[in-house]
Amino acid sequence: MSILGKLSLHSIPYDVPILVGTFCGVVVLASIVIGLITYYKKWGVLWNDWFTSIDHKRLGIMYIVLALVMLLRGFADAMMMRLQLAFATDGGTGYLPPHHYDQIFTAHGVIMIIFMAMPFMIGLMNIVLPLQIGARDVAFPFMNNLSFWLTVGGAILINISLFIGEFAKTGWVAYPPLAGLKFSPDVGVDYYIWALQISGIGTTLTAVNFLATVFKMRAPGMKLMDMPIFTWTCTWANILIALSFPILTAVLAMLTLDRYLDFHFFTIAGGGNSMMYINLFWAWGHPEVYILVLPAFGIFSEVVSTFTGKRLFGYKSMVWATASISVLGFIVWLHHFFTMGSSANVNAFFGVATMIIAIPTGVKLFNWLFTMYRGRLRITVPVMWTLGFMVTFTIGGMTGVLLAVPGADYVLHNSLFLIAHFHNTIIGGAVFGYLAGFAFWFPKAMGFHLNVKLGKAAFWCWLIGFFLAFMPLYVLGFLGMTRRLNHTNNPQWDMWLYIALIGAFVIMAGIACQLLQLYVSFRDRKQNLDTTGDPWNGHTLEWSTASPPQVYNFAEIPTVYDIDAFTDMKEKGTAYVRKDSYAPIHMPKNTKAGMAIAGSVTIMGFALIWHIWWLAALGLLGGFISLVARAYTSDVDYYIQPDEVLRTETAHLDSNNVAKG
Amino acid sequence: MSTTHMNAHVAHDEHHDHHPAPHNVFGFWLYLMTDCLLFASVFATYAVLFMNTAGGVSSKDIFELDFVLVETAALLISSITYGFAMVCAHNRNRAGTLLWLFVTFAFGAVFICMELYEFHHLIEAGNGPQRSAFLTAFFTLVGTHGLHVTAGLIWMAILIVELLKSGFGSRTVTRLSCLSLFWHFLDVVWICVFTFVYLMGAV
Repeated sequence: MSILGKLSLHSIPYDVPILVGTFCGVVVLASIVIGLITYYKKWGVLWNDWFTSIDHKRLGIMYIVLALVMLLRGFADAMMMRLQLAFATDGGTGYLPPHHYDQIFTAHGVIMIIFMAMPFMIGLMNIVLPLQIGARDVAFPFMNNLSFWLTVGGAILINISLFIGEFAKTGWVAYPPLAGLKFSPDVGVDYYIWALQISGIGTTLTAVNFLATVFKMRAPGMKLMDMPIFTWTCTWANILIALSFPILTAVLAMLTLDRYLDFHFFTIAGGGNSMMYINLFWAWGHPEVYILVLPAFGIFSEVVSTFTGKRLFGYKSMVWATASISVLGFIVWLHHFFTMGSSANVNAFFGVATMIIAIPTGVKLFNWLFTMYRGRLRITVPVMWTLGFMVTFTIGGMTGVLLAVPGADYVLHNSLFLIAHFHNTIIGGAVFGYLAGFAFWFPKAMGFHLNVKLGKAAFWCWLIGFFLAFMPLYVLGFLGMTRRLNHTNNPQWDMWLYIALIGAFVIMAGIACQLLQLYVSFRDRKQNLDTTGDPWNGHTLEWSTASPPQVYNFAEIPTVYDIDAFTDMKEKGTAYVRKDSYAPIHMPKNTKAGMAIAGSVTIMGFALIWHIWWLAALGLLGGFISLVARAYTSDVDYYIQPDEVLRTETAHLDSNNVAKG
Repeated sequence: MSTTHMNAHVAHDEHHDHHPAPHNVFGFWLYLMTDCLLFASVFATYAVLFMNTAGGVSSKDIFELDFVLVETAALLISSITYGFAMVCAHNRNRAGTLLWLFVTFAFGAVFICMELYEFHHLIEAGNGPQRSAFLTAFFTLVGTHGLHVTAGLIWMAILIVELLKSGFGSRTVTRLSCLSLFWHFLDVVWICVFTFVYLMGAV
């Protein structure tokens, strides 16, 4: 074996025109970005204020940038699939050969869930959660930075697979024996393993970090049952992460051992059991979908109560509904494979447990409706996403209950009905929620408003596009079309495949509107500054800070007397109080350590994928040394002096006064 | 498996003096709970696979309880000696802490050496992890624990160097407390391994 392991010139797919074209596009785009950064001399800013930052707000913004970039990548995959399926009907073969098409649907799933939805959710949580509980940062700011770069490391690996080697052809679940060495001897599954493993560890650390934050760093007076609802839903999501991601770590490690050291966890020979992989995978995978959707529910709750100007209806029932969804989420994993052939009683148990989840979810929907009832709902962009969600998600939830009937599932398993169902809940639930949160908290995080017209246009394109793209898949599912087909020859399916393609184009228009919205809003930011810090008349503490918030969040940690802490302060006149002097504020310093550790680990991952053992050892060693070096740095903190705090606070209060006249 | 190893270190190396130490210890507790789930997954796997011997040896054939008993004793004693080290640390007794850490390290090293000997012995006899699903699960479960203990030993060595060089700060005591939690946690996991794998497997 050569010094570069399995890596050679043949690993680069220069003979595949689509990939070469993509590669050229990426190179051109990257050159433009690099050129612009150099031209405007922003490298220093980028490095000092962003990449090495351990400020939760900046990390949150970087998570969301990552999510948006990955959304484009994942969506490009989606368009390619829809085009392929529209071309490859009636006996046509389309333009994507099966081995390429299979990589695309695998990459689409992995990217959208692990590198789009997760970073989006974690980004919003990063920006908002510490502010909502009146904390100056998270419990472990450096670890927060490390988690982010581990996530980026995973994302880099999965994108490298486009141009060096190939990605897994197994579907995003990578079931053995297909994902085993015998049937997937190439590096695709190894890319999958290490991209997920590295980012997954980052996610686990994030959960530990935010749980410690929520349990130890709430403002005085804020009991658990006084926490803002978004914080609560994130907390349940973090509990789910802490309990489920280790299972993913374990099952991926077992697949690794099977592939690298010829172990027999999941091989048929040697007494392995591949159904065990599927069980363990979904013991992580099902909680994972609640990890995605619960924070979105929290966002909808905040949006509904803010824009009706009312307290959220049924706060306590909302918390307990979230709790029951979290607990139930752990006892339904088997519904992903009723067809495994467990006994009728086992299937019945998991079917019933699945259906029960509709009850707490229904509680939530009624809470939102009752919050709106007799309120004056201001129809803003976040509210439009929320209303769109309530209709769309309800349909997705109901098809989920249909699939929870084991008998029906035997017919619908792995059909496009299933595909329609989970896109219905993940797009209509989680993604709509993140986009609502994006529009809702954008002025807080960035200091200026998003263009409303383009925001509304984006919403309508997404909503209409969603229904056009996915309702046909329900029909196709009933007509017997299964997932992951490369080409078909059933004339009955044609029309529905074409409609779905049109839908995908409409969603594309929605995404284009959002990109344009970002551009236009940034261009016109001077006219649309949020000088109040409280553009929506918000209820919770994040709105008491400036937009964007002061680096230390709160000059003095507020005392909390109510669930809607900021509304309470505004009513009592204790908001916006001027002080003559402040205490110095102790802050953590930025650090390169997170990048050094995550960078080394990513190199290790790449080396392991290509069996370059010496480089893997170097990567591991580099990560270890950076870690120990970080542990023995004592230059980790500094003080913000009282006069600087006073200046910042005065500026915030002044601009707030001017804005209010 | 190196990733779990990383995990352990990352979680403990988070020290900003502006946060009181209990955050770090609490955070480390949370990390240990995630580690607990990792072990639970590997235990569950062992439970599923331990009958699948693929015509090879079974648990009745290969476990030598006398040997494992000594191994277990070494690890359990190391937990007690770590407790003594913590007592000294809370009294800011540097020499005592160092002494007990050395003793703990020695017992931990004995445990790891005995485990490696057992593995070597099994592989020599043709009963390596590639032989059957049972052996795969056995090596992985015991090996995962072993990797954790090794990570703990490396961590302990680093703390010993820290103590030798700079003595006691509150940072050092916090780190010793986190490693203490980790060490006792691994003891508890080993008791489960000893019971469910060795004792129940041998009878």
